[in-house]
Amino acid sequence: MTVEGKIDLLAAPDRRAVPGIGFAWLRRLAPLLESIPAMIGIALILFWVLGAALAPWLAPYPPNASDLKALAHPTPSAAHWLGTDHLGRDILSRVLWGARTVLTVAPIAVLGATAFGSLVGLCAGYYRGWIDLVITRISDIVLSFPVIILYMIILAMYGSSAINIIAVITLTKAPIIARIVRGITLELREREYVAAAKMRGESALYIMLVEILPNARGPLIVEMCLRMGYTIITIGVLGFLGIGLPPPDPDWGGMVKDTYGMMSVWPHMSLIPCAAISSLVIGFNLLSIGLREIGLRD
Amino acid sequence: MTDRETPILEFDGARISFFLRAGEANVIPGLSFAIKPREALGLVGESGCGKSTVALAIMRYLGRAGRLTAGRILFQGRDMAELDAAGLRAVRGRRIAMIYQDPMSSLNPVMTIGRQLMEVPMIHEAIGADEARARALAMLGEVKLPDAAAIFERYPHQLSGGQQQRIVIAMALIARPALLIMDEPTTGLDVTVEAAVLDLVRELRQRHESAILFISHNLGTVAQICDRVGVMYAGELVEEGTVRNVFSAPRHPYTRGLLDCLPTLGRDKHSAALRSIPGQVGSPLARLPGCAFAPRCGFAEPGRCTTAPIAPRELAADHRVQCVRVAELPEWRHPPGDGGDDRGEATGPAALTMRGLGKIYHQSQGVFGGGGRSIAALRDVELVAERGRTLAIVGESGCGKSTLARILSGLQSASAGTVDLDGTAIGDLAIDRRTTALKRRLQMVFQNPDSTLNPSHSVGYAIERALRRLKGLTAAQARRQTGRLLDTVKLSGDFARRRPHQLSGGQKQRVAIARALAGDPEIILADEPVSALDVSVQAAIINLLTEVQAARGATLVFISHDLAVVRYLADSVAVMYLGHVVEFGPAAAIFAPPWHPYTEALLSAVPEPDPDARRDRIVLDGAPPSAAAIQRGCPFATRCPRKIGAICDDTPPPEQLIAGTHRIACHIPAAELVALQEAGPPSARPASTEPVDRVLAS
Repeated sequence: MTVEGKIDLLAAPDRRAVPGIGFAWLRRLAPLLESIPAMIGIALILFWVLGAALAPWLAPYPPNASDLKALAHPTPSAAHWLGTDHLGRDILSRVLWGARTVLTVAPIAVLGATAFGSLVGLCAGYYRGWIDLVITRISDIVLSFPVIILYMIILAMYGSSAINIIAVITLTKAPIIARIVRGITLELREREYVAAAKMRGESALYIMLVEILPNARGPLIVEMCLRMGYTIITIGVLGFLGIGLPPPDPDWGGMVKDTYGMMSVWPHMSLIPCAAISSLVIGFNLLSIGLREIGLRD
Repeated sequence: MTDRETPILEFDGARISFFLRAGEANVIPGLSFAIKPREALGLVGESGCGKSTVALAIMRYLGRAGRLTAGRILFQGRDMAELDAAGLRAVRGRRIAMIYQDPMSSLNPVMTIGRQLMEVPMIHEAIGADEARARALAMLGEVKLPDAAAIFERYPHQLSGGQQQRIVIAMALIARPALLIMDEPTTGLDVTVEAAVLDLVRELRQRHESAILFISHNLGTVAQICDRVGVMYAGELVEEGTVRNVFSAPRHPYTRGLLDCLPTLGRDKHSAALRSIPGQVGSPLARLPGCAFAPRCGFAEPGRCTTAPIAPRELAADHRVQCVRVAELPEWRHPPGDGGDDRGEATGPAALTMRGLGKIYHQSQGVFGGGGRSIAALRDVELVAERGRTLAIVGESGCGKSTLARILSGLQSASAGTVDLDGTAIGDLAIDRRTTALKRRLQMVFQNPDSTLNPSHSVGYAIERALRRLKGLTAAQARRQTGRLLDTVKLSGDFARRRPHQLSGGQKQRVAIARALAGDPEIILADEPVSALDVSVQAAIINLLTEVQAARGATLVFISHDLAVVRYLADSVAVMYLGHVVEFGPAAAIFAPPWHPYTEALLSAVPEPDPDARRDRIVLDGAPPSAAAIQRGCPFATRCPRKIGAICDDTPPPEQLIAGTHRIACHIPAAELVALQEAGPPSARPASTEPVDRVLAS
């Protein structure tokens, strides 16, 4: 039954029902252009996405290159627009390259959490009974665990790498997504179109993924935006605690960690990466506010 | 127009628009009417005709997007637009009271009924708590709620829908308003409860001086409550006059159309197809220059009807019509009525046989399923659906008719008894255990047009998917057949590309029928397929179902709460009450005495849009008892107006075979029932409190 459902899913896109989706989506997103928070959010996100994508061309220096001459005067100057850090590395270049790390790790982690959380939430809401009970209890346990300590244990055991960070974030954010999807599924499973699907003999997997999940996309997208913001903070915190990505790679959290001791002398060294984190987080939060405003729900 | 009194409410060329992103939606282009003191004016029309906008505009509740762009709305001679916030507060609730459709959302769930009632005079008239309490208790008595003191301490969720609506009416009248606005006050209620609430409103009208603006889509309720009626179409009053003038000699084609589409008691599918109004109400974003109804009107004449706004004409004293061709229209006659029921008694072979069918729900209360109680939704149901004919199942909400449909469809399985489909027992065969061949034979049309189609899928996908799953067609074959199915339900082929949000309610229901037909079913289950639709659309869907059924020789199991629709459509009828079938038989027999006392009450409660048809009604007390209560005797005993004594409470009623397959479950012998029912309705029983639920412990 499972295999059958999967095949059907793969077959779905060639049907003429599907091409309409793109256009319908764009039309429904159009009101976003009128929402001021959403536009500010989109602008902030686009700024960092472009910066990250074009870092090799935009960054004036390689991210790890030390300019020993700048060590005496690390403050912003014509050569180094945002100044350099305590090792003489150009902060602008490091922030741009740092955006690359954040903007690859965070979306992958959030997508992972969404995919995993949705699946688990769908099962809980659709099957109910003991499956629901087990899933919600496990979610509660994960959610009640102090997240930072969990990270430290896991990363201490398996070492810090991008993959491990993604895995840990996926596992700890999934319960939040699962809870939302479960709630929506509990409501949608009673809809008549679900009954109609059962009456033509669709598999449970088909009903969950094709009949229910697409109608949860509105709240899901809002939630993904919010989770992006929190994930970026989490990555920053990990970097700050020194259990983020391994050192040579520029990482916003790591940049703050390396320089916050010099805060009273050269505040720009840690304030600039802080501002980078904040602006990106605020960008995603504003976008989620905008999305919620237009109510991308059915 | 000899009355020189100032009208209570006057619309003077009011033009109301909503300003949306898409532009100005001119919902009301220019409305003039007046309500005199102590008068009740009804506003009728399909949904989207601006009826509720009128009600909201009076109270200045149009929100940020809505505005009165021209004209005036005068309340007791004062322009409502000139009132400031304090002035509005003084008018709202005190001088004008409003009753909405859903009583539950009008009541505060965390306040006792008593406090909510007392609050009204305490705020508006600054009287003391003791006086307010006395008035609230008196008011509860007036709306005929038994045991006012007990109700006083209850919370809204502890009352039934009918009781809640009575409380809302009490709250509206306690401030002695000059104008009472009722917006679909009985739409969500069961027909017997509706009849009781309407009776109450009629009675209170005589005692209280309030003028009433009564908004309803149901012509029957308007005919019973109002003195005058205004028919609205696309924000315009197309016909206005006394109830008698408008309903017995309608002049506007729209009014006639509305009356023609009603399946009034006394018409059936063999005498004539129902007439429906084609199309749907136009968008207020793009108003037509001439008559708004012209695109749907059979009498429209290009040029005369479509160029300039139509001015209302005075036809007789108090009868205005907004139609240029009014003088040329043929005389209207009541749709062909009862020419005797020619539905034969001949019984066909059985397609579905239900024997001793029962369904018990276990409500678990603890996390681990401990404790809880059992609810019997169906008890011992014995029914036969004959091949190629229509079995209708009627009853009020909670009678088990939808549970029955879900068992037949396999979405739930029976706890007891059997359902036989040509030798296959399907009663306890859940849908995922049925073979594809069996699934094909029995398909279902659902109730709610807004949830029957998946908003994420196109119409084409929905139908193709059904064709592929049930018939095993390839994508290309399914695509071809989709066009044919859409044609069967009278939709053009390009509907395949549309999405549900682009369709009207009637169109969605057509797609749902097409989807159900995909597997060429022998049995079509239809669970209230027209109850959420406007009357004009309802007629078209009923005609479609009849047609499809006749063309395919399918058996239709039609579940409904609407006796008029059932009478029109059914070959045999089962009347259900609290999980029991109280009466079953050929349609002709069901609609003639002897009746089960419950059938009798249901029939008498149907509001007819004929002001002369004021039959003596049987008003049932209270609400049905909880299905969790243990029943020893007759399920209807607690509300039965013809109850004969303790035997009704203690002994299950015998099944009396009247003639052929017609049977009634009642203690009163059939011959005596006929005599009693021909003598007239029973005298009302003294009001009693609702029975205390005796809960089954499990």
